[in-house]
This record gives sequence, structure tokens and C-alpha cells, in this order.
Amino acid sequence: MATVDKSFEAGLHSEQLRGRTQQTFFSATEEENFTYPYNAFEVDRAKKGEFDAQDLETSEINIKIRSLMEEGCGHIVVKNPRAKHSIGVGILNRLTLDFEGSLGYFGCGLIDGPNVNISGRVGWSFGENMMAGTVIIEKNAGSTFGAAIRGGDLVCKGDVGSRTGIDMKGGNIIVGGRTGTLSGFMMQRGRMIVLGDAGANLGDSMYDGTIYIGGKITSLGVDAVPGEMTELEAGWIERKLALYGMKAPNGVKNLQKIVAGKQLWNYDNLEPHEKKIIL
Amino acid sequence: MSTKIELVPEDLGTDREKEIGQHIGYRYDVNLVPDYDRLTPFLKKYLEVMDWKDLNWLEDIHLGYEEDRAAVFDRNINGWVTVPEDMELPDNQQDRDMIARELLIKFQMSKRHPMVVLRDNYGKF
Repeated sequence: MATVDKSFEAGLHSEQLRGRTQQTFFSATEEENFTYPYNAFEVDRAKKGEFDAQDLETSEINIKIRSLMEEGCGHIVVKNPRAKHSIGVGILNRLTLDFEGSLGYFGCGLIDGPNVNISGRVGWSFGENMMAGTVIIEKNAGSTFGAAIRGGDLVCKGDVGSRTGIDMKGGNIIVGGRTGTLSGFMMQRGRMIVLGDAGANLGDSMYDGTIYIGGKITSLGVDAVPGEMTELEAGWIERKLALYGMKAPNGVKNLQKIVAGKQLWNYDNLEPHEKKIIL
Repeated sequence: MSTKIELVPEDLGTDREKEIGQHIGYRYDVNLVPDYDRLTPFLKKYLEVMDWKDLNWLEDIHLGYEEDRAAVFDRNINGWVTVPEDMELPDNQQDRDMIARELLIKFQMSKRHPMVVLRDNYGKF
């Protein structure tokens, strides 16, 4: 019963049952706090912890990272991750996390806040559903890189596979090399910057968001159209690339900008002949 | 505070919108990138604490509108959080977005955030 009372207190049963209104209001007198009051540890960036993951299982590695954060370590170094899958996931903390080696599938998914550095390569679906923070990968990444990312900077200095940023809903994906086919597929929001070439069907069925390509585009997908770069955007890209020691090969202003043509918006409401025109 | 007309365009803009009788997309520019000359002191401090050189995930936070009121979408509760009615809002999206970012951080990090109660009740570890 206490549980039910508390959920009422949180306003979970008082929302209007229409739209998404939750009847929640900002207070101008909130106290200043910079970490989540739930599920986040107080860490000191100057306190460093490290361990060798050579003989550890995936869950053991993740538990070890968590226990070091509990001890207040704000800088954690993981040696020999040996491309194990699902490492470094679900971290909702400010933290510097260094992986000395490569990660496998689904690495660093669902993270919200950490600054991650990876000296090697990463496998499929890296950074899936990333919420906030920065991730820098020194070498290449597999397919569906940054799938459904919501926020933060996901940077790969090498090449990435196909379907990069599929279903992305925010954040920035930055690729120093090339990206494969169907990159930006069903993109809804956020920005993707690729300094090299892009494969076929770039931005297919994108709803919103922006893609910038430095090299050649094999072909654009359905409803992806060229856009016009603004001064504000150019300055923003220049600043962003400089943060990660990257540079557009032919200058930022020569990046090709791709946006949604918005012909697919409210697709279900279109007449059959209109659908044919678009597709 | 700015008038409702400025905040929420009531007219249906494009021909397509008029035809189907509903708005398409957002009522503000979701692709607008932030102007870093307009950072508030609170946001500067937040970036320093997080050790970020820019707004990171906050680049995607904009001041939106819910039921004719200025509001910010909080992804952690999947709902709109409404800006106090008496708050004076600037006349441009860049400055409004900065205010939205600041309010959202304050709300998400406050102890009255619904996630705090949820965790108390249902958190597994």
C-alpha cells in the first residue's frame, strides 16, 4: 500500500489521460545539483582505478566497473577487454572510462554521462541507445553503430559498417572514415557527420535530423534530399570536429548536407497515388 | 511572457497540414544547433562538472509547447515538464533553448524527480 501511496505522490496517477501531459512543473527554486539523485555515485576524477579483464566474464567486468565507481573512482582503466560483448553498458554516471583494446557487440549501450575512450575496434550496435556522454573509438566500428542513439557524441575515427545511426533520435555520430549502406535509416533527430564516403540509400526514410557527408554519396534513400548549410551550422561542425582532433578533408563548408524531404510525414494519411509519387 | 500566438502557431501552415487537418512535425526547429555565445552561467558550470567541452546531450533540448504552455520534454519520464507561467521568456529560440536546458537539468537532478520515487519502490540494486 505504501508503494501505491508513493506513486500517487510522484504524480503517476494524476496525469490527464490525453496526450503526454504529466502535470509536472518546474520549480524556480530547485537546489543546484549536477548528478542524478538516483543510481549515480559520487566520484572523484582524480581517483583512478584499473583492472585486467583478460580472464573475466562480461558480467564480472561490468560489476567491477560499478564497484570501482562505488569506491569513488572517477577514472577507470580496463585492460585487455578482448572484444567481449556488452561491456561498459548502463553507466549513468560522470566518469572517464578507458578501454585498452577492442570491444565486441553492444558495447557501451544505454550509457548516460561517461566519457569513454577505446583504443581498438568495436563490434555491431556499439553505443546503442546512448543517452549522454562522449565515446571516442580510435579504429573501426561494425554495423548499426549508434543505433537509436538519443544524445551525446559517438565518435569513430575509422570506418563504420552499414545502417549507422539507424533510428537515431538525437545526439551526434561522427565518423572519420567511410560509412556503409543505409546509414541514417529512419533517422528522427540528431546529427551525423561522416568525413569520408557514404554507401547506398543514405538517409532512407529519415523523418528529421541532419546528415553531413565529406566524401561521395553512392545514392540517397527515399525522402532524403540535399539541404543548405548555414553559417551557424558550419561553425558548430568546425567546433565539434576540433574537439576530437578531426578535420573535414575539403573544409566544413564543402560538406554535403542531407535532410528529410518530409514527403513521408504522416504517410498513413496519404492517398495511394501520393504514396506512389514519393516512392 | 510572450503571447500564445508567438509560442504556439495555431494556424495550419502547409497545404498538406490543411488537407489532413493536423500539424505535421514540430512547432519549433529541432535541427537548430546551439549558439555557444549564449550559454548561461549554470550551464557553463554543468559542463565543467561533467568534463564536457560542449552541451553534449543538451544540444537536442529545445523549448517546446504542450497544451499552449511552454514546456520541455523530459525523456526520463517520457513527458513534458511545464515552464512556470510567470517566467519571462526571451524572444528568440536560441535563448529559450538555453533556459529549457537549464530548467531540465535542475528538474532531473532534483530529489522531487519522479525517478527518485520509482527507484525507491522498484529499484533492484
